[in-house]
Amino acid sequence: MMITNPLKKRDLVVALGVLAVMLVLPLLTGGSRYLLSVLMNCAGLSLIAFGVWLTFTIGRINICQAGFALIGSYTTAIAMSRYGLSFWIALPLSAVVAALVGGVIGSFILKLRGIYFSMLTICVTEAIRLAFLNGGDFTRGSKGITGLAQPFEGDSALPMYYLAVALLAIGLGVTWRMHYSRVGRIFRAMRLNEDLAESFGTNVWRYRVLAFVVSCGLGGLGGSYFAVFTQSVYPQSFTVEHSIYYMLFCFLGGLEYASGAMVGAFVLTILFELLSQFQQYQTLIYGVLMIAVILLLPNGLMAIRNAAKGERS
Amino acid sequence: MLQVLINGLVLGCVYALVALGLTMVFSIMRVVNFAHGQMYMLGGFVVYYLYGEFHWPFFVALPAAALALALVGAAFNRFFFQPVLANATREENSMLMAVGTALLLENLALTAFGEKQRGVPDVVDGTFIVGDVADGGVILTYANAMVATIAVLTILALLAFVQYTRPGRALRAVAQDREAARLQGVDVKATTTLGFAIGAALAGLAGGLLVTVYGVNAGVGSNLSTKAFIMIMIGGAGVTSGAIVGGLLLGFAEAIGYDMLPGSVTYLMIFVAMIVFLVFRPNGLFGKPWG
Repeated sequence: MMITNPLKKRDLVVALGVLAVMLVLPLLTGGSRYLLSVLMNCAGLSLIAFGVWLTFTIGRINICQAGFALIGSYTTAIAMSRYGLSFWIALPLSAVVAALVGGVIGSFILKLRGIYFSMLTICVTEAIRLAFLNGGDFTRGSKGITGLAQPFEGDSALPMYYLAVALLAIGLGVTWRMHYSRVGRIFRAMRLNEDLAESFGTNVWRYRVLAFVVSCGLGGLGGSYFAVFTQSVYPQSFTVEHSIYYMLFCFLGGLEYASGAMVGAFVLTILFELLSQFQQYQTLIYGVLMIAVILLLPNGLMAIRNAAKGERS
Repeated sequence: MLQVLINGLVLGCVYALVALGLTMVFSIMRVVNFAHGQMYMLGGFVVYYLYGEFHWPFFVALPAAALALALVGAAFNRFFFQPVLANATREENSMLMAVGTALLLENLALTAFGEKQRGVPDVVDGTFIVGDVADGGVILTYANAMVATIAVLTILALLAFVQYTRPGRALRAVAQDREAARLQGVDVKATTTLGFAIGAALAGLAGGLLVTVYGVNAGVGSNLSTKAFIMIMIGGAGVTSGAIVGGLLLGFAEAIGYDMLPGSVTYLMIFVAMIVFLVFRPNGLFGKPWG
């Protein structure tokens, strides 16, 4: 198959490259626990950020993804600790629950546009967090749910690691499939001009709810993964700040590329770990570097070659 | 109940100040200043250090806080927002920059000031007591009365400035139509810098006022930003009267909620009410449609 679109080509190279490196890295380095846990963190964050990226493609800045990750986390935790379900049932269940809640909320709030939508989604994140905080015995309030069973026997981190890689591949596959298809082109049309798209007979409401449902489902899947990765979930596990970071991952990776969310998540998370030697200045340097990237690369890291050539993508 | 309403009124006046600053920046730049809460926090720290630590008079420390934040706001606009607005290919980029500056200020404050909660000594001692407190009387501390009075006076001064002075008219002109204002000879760049500076100064002033009542810590910023978003969404983003109404409404809702509901349920109710309200009135009470 020949790919003529240069954006898509670069996208494919980066996506396959990251997945290939993720697959062989533990075999080459023998898998230090620290390295694996950083990469697992990156993979989980990418999975959640893919959802935010999808809502970007319909022209909405989504700052409520942490809320849906929290729903996924709690669904897994409650299903496993209260009802004794296996993780392999709880994982898809979490995605479905988050997607359903997303569908209900989305069908109302998606008619808001621009900054109103963004500000409202901040409220949605907070509302979901407070709902779990005040959930009484069912969610165990601020104490959270801890001590979740691990899906794999034994001491090795490798099975969990490959679960993360598999989930990352699923997230990437869903995003890719939606973006480079008829649906993706409709999303693009809606982002550029929603009224015009509607006048051409597109059922705008249905497509934007579809984008939001898939987005929330990915968030729930990621949240479920983090629940067993950290073996715990608290109302503080996913907050507005996390939502904002997912959004930044998408921005800094590149909004024109399906793998942009993943690139942003990996680069920023690994950068943050590398800065840990600066101790209390870690977050400060991170913040300064982020501003520098926004100023110098307004279209994201994936567009770095265009920026160097001075062309606009 | 009257006591609750008085508390709500005091809180609402300061909230109106916060919301006015945010709505000012929005109307002129079409940017939601995510760092607004962090600017509020910095204002609190300026007053904490000048008044609480170095024992300057409070009425010097408070304008100093406003001035310091005005400089921060002007610098942010000049060095961060104007370059991004000039180069960006998507309108979302300015929002990204706003979020980046918010994170930067918060990290800066955490590094410089630590996470400790700080308070300052009382500026004025004493209380107004109306009626018998045990029998439905009302208490209003001088400190709260002072906070509300300064907030109201500042709001009135700002409204007069925007309404009757030349730079104020330029601000309104740019908010209404950038291009037309430019054609009429308004210096748009300087005016947006002025608007950003005023917005930031209002946040700093509000922070400096409330530090006398609640104290301050480096983490209050994002919480306050969220509240400020609620206020301007109630009234409609970019509308002055909307910001004042939104601020007062949130102040009352918070005071009444904390009186009747356990802790964090109040904000859960406020968020849910907010979402339902916006479903029916997507542009707030007085706002114009977006896009």
